[in-house]
Amino acid sequence: MPTQANFAALDGLHTFPRLLFHHASIRPNAPAMREKYLGIWQTWTWSDVGERVRALACGLASLGFKRGDNLAIIGDNRPHLYMMMAAAQCLGGVPVPLYQDAVANEMLFVLQDAGIRFVVVEDQEQVDKMLEIQDQVGTLEHIIYDDPRGMRHYSQPFLHDIHELMEMGRIHDRNHSDFLNAEVEQGHYDDISVMLYTSGTTGKPKGVCQTHAAFIAAAQGGVQVDKLGADGDILSYLPMAWVGDHLFSYAQALVAGFTINCPESGDTVMSDLREIGPTCYFAPPRVFESLLTSVMIRMEDAGQIKQKMFHYFMAVAKRCGADILDGKSVGFGDRLQYWLGNLLVYGPLRNVLGMSRIRVAYTAGAAIGPELFRFYRSMGINLKQFYGQTETCAYVCLQPDGQIKFDSVGQPAPGVEIRIADNGEVLVKGPMLLKEYYKRPDATAESINADGYFMTGDAGFLDEDGHLKIIDRAKDVGKLSNGAMFAPNYIENKLKFFQHIKEVVCFGHDRDMVCAFINIDVSAVGNWAERRGIAYSGYADLAGKAEVLELIRECVEQVNADLVHDSMVADSQIHRFLVLHKELDPDDDELTRTRKVRRNFVAEKYKVLIDALYEGKANQFIETEVKFEDGRRGKVSADLKIIDAKTFPIVKKAA
Amino acid sequence: MSKKIGDVILDLQNISLRFGGVKALTDISFDVRQHEIRAIIGPNGAGKSSMLNVINGVYHPQEGKIFWHGNERKRMEPHMAAQQNIARTFQNIALFKGMSVLDNIMTGRITKMKANFIEHALWFGRARKEELEHRQKVEEVIDFLEIQHIRKTPVGRLPYGLQKRVELGRALAAEPSMLLLDEPMAGMNVEEKQDMCRFILDVNDQFGTTIVLIEHDMGVVMDISDRVVVLDYGKKIGDGVPDEVKNNEDVIKAYLGAGH
Repeated sequence: MPTQANFAALDGLHTFPRLLFHHASIRPNAPAMREKYLGIWQTWTWSDVGERVRALACGLASLGFKRGDNLAIIGDNRPHLYMMMAAAQCLGGVPVPLYQDAVANEMLFVLQDAGIRFVVVEDQEQVDKMLEIQDQVGTLEHIIYDDPRGMRHYSQPFLHDIHELMEMGRIHDRNHSDFLNAEVEQGHYDDISVMLYTSGTTGKPKGVCQTHAAFIAAAQGGVQVDKLGADGDILSYLPMAWVGDHLFSYAQALVAGFTINCPESGDTVMSDLREIGPTCYFAPPRVFESLLTSVMIRMEDAGQIKQKMFHYFMAVAKRCGADILDGKSVGFGDRLQYWLGNLLVYGPLRNVLGMSRIRVAYTAGAAIGPELFRFYRSMGINLKQFYGQTETCAYVCLQPDGQIKFDSVGQPAPGVEIRIADNGEVLVKGPMLLKEYYKRPDATAESINADGYFMTGDAGFLDEDGHLKIIDRAKDVGKLSNGAMFAPNYIENKLKFFQHIKEVVCFGHDRDMVCAFINIDVSAVGNWAERRGIAYSGYADLAGKAEVLELIRECVEQVNADLVHDSMVADSQIHRFLVLHKELDPDDDELTRTRKVRRNFVAEKYKVLIDALYEGKANQFIETEVKFEDGRRGKVSADLKIIDAKTFPIVKKAA
Repeated sequence: MSKKIGDVILDLQNISLRFGGVKALTDISFDVRQHEIRAIIGPNGAGKSSMLNVINGVYHPQEGKIFWHGNERKRMEPHMAAQQNIARTFQNIALFKGMSVLDNIMTGRITKMKANFIEHALWFGRARKEELEHRQKVEEVIDFLEIQHIRKTPVGRLPYGLQKRVELGRALAAEPSMLLLDEPMAGMNVEEKQDMCRFILDVNDQFGTTIVLIEHDMGVVMDISDRVVVLDYGKKIGDGVPDEVKNNEDVIKAYLGAGH
């Protein structure tokens, strides 16, 4: 648990309301929030925000909001909703942001669980949801809305326009001028500052209670590592209920004092991004991917000269761009070419993407392909990954400048301790850990071990430079018969980054070596075969061609060469593999509808093949029933060749 | 939600319109009250668009009288309709395809602009202040129709449903007291139709705009209109609230084709 000493540097500013009023007094005229309204960016300065938060807090108090109450917040990213968070915290209350696109019934559980009396929503749509479930929630007393559009015909007395609330607050403030200061003074860093509900893929959602101390520590660490200053701009467009948005748009903004910018609507994010040109930007990998695709498509429509120039300089960037960004030594010739490329291609391209001013861009949430990651870095965009959970304020690992590895999530952030459990699970400890799960002492006790480490449920390892690599969910990780860790997803993902490989299933738990089933990507391999004049009739035929098997063998061996460098996974090199005669298919129950492999089902169905792999046979006949799209059933059979892949000797390092 | 339907603002009496020997409209009378949604329906070639064109002064009927706010209207040109606060949209979209959504909607403000051509060209004097005021109005329309994301997109690149919405936006930018909509939902899918219905109802409800619309989709017409007039072969065969019209023998005949 954090101690008072951690906050010496903060000079008594150890809660978010104190930070807010501090900014309002020392830099009243600097922009704090922007929102595009009727096509024009409107700015609120820190003093405006301070004044409004004050009015909102007093307004809430005059409606009867008390210390310890929870305030539900539902809507897109809006300045007034962020201000309401601070207003609730001023009074010692706890903001509880909800995912705004959930339907009313999905919100019901959280509203009941948190015993919500007050809810602030963005607009009529959300008001309607609240009215729909009001009776079931039971405790709900007041609904405050930000956007009055469409609300003319609502006359319920418990509905309040946010501007009305501010007016009430201003009157309250005039009559009790000491009230709010005293309330803010009572706030303590160990109070709960926010409650974020975990998505609840397993069981009911749980309310993660985070203290002011935890989020301030997390924000400070991030600000310090990436040198985010008060002159920064960030585009706040991800759900307010998501821990990452709370960290970037609320905690870091208040700690560092930079400006948050709220887009006009979800559809305008891309053009708002260009107009704001943020200095710090977060997006999940698929957004970066779709940006890249749109650039590539537009390049194909460009004229010959432009295309030539683009491809030439992208090759230069690929060669040396990432190294230049990392400050490594690069030859003079390359440097000159990169400089020219920056002038002609990378600079304009960054401008089109709205990333001209980017100092750091983050991605997290899913594995990002190395090609994609390198593309952005080589263009001079400082793209980084980070790692964390709701329970750790999304703050466990960061990638410091100059030490970026695409397959790791970085080094432990300042103040964070990481330990790897015997089963490979990543355990973390630090000031950013959750205080508790709301009303769930059982779950709290389960997630934090006796030494005070939080159990993430992810399996990973620290490489020789101290970078954390996340390999799998801990429950999927097995062991080879020699005791070495076996993480199927990690190996499979490495193989799937090759464009020729579509799907992989690895086996190795309780066995002496790792073997794999592979599905080729029929369009990519088909294309490859056509260019080489290899004739084929269909998937099964193509998959059985000696040339194709050779191609796949090269991929597997590359992965083996890669695996041997990490002592933790060096034993997981793939010794033998085969290319399946049919594609794994959800219709045959081999994949889930979201295209995840059903490992156990596949293992059972193709038991003969697994036996053949481990018995050292050179080939195996198999006949499988398949379902066609029209519902007919048929059989496919093949005599599959089993290939031995080259493995590399493991160099044991002195411990 | 109760809306107040006011007095008759447009009264058409015994209108007949001929193109040479072709009778487009024969002896048609009906009225439009303030704040109501008035639908004109009928099979193809019934004279619906001609009727709309008579209302906003594109065609001039050979016989009959038109009263606008109680005063008999003399021969009128389309631009005079705009000055009388009547705006319209067209059956086949009539937007400037190469111009942005914003600029297209801005053209709806032209009748309200007072600065002269030279001032506008040089962005000087009155023009400067005026443009900012008009832009504000236009942005309110954009916000109302929820088309912020395409503000700067050339209209020609938009899908059909959105182009229709932009056209409605241009009409709204003129702040009309009466809005004529010629098949606002033709060629739309169900979702686009629902959106358009909601916008029409919102315009009527929030701005109190009187709406005269032509539409083929019976479900839509019966749902949103206050009163419906039915034309067939240039003659009026029904007039009244949707339920009355639905049960009118002649209307059923005209639509089912019996007797023809």
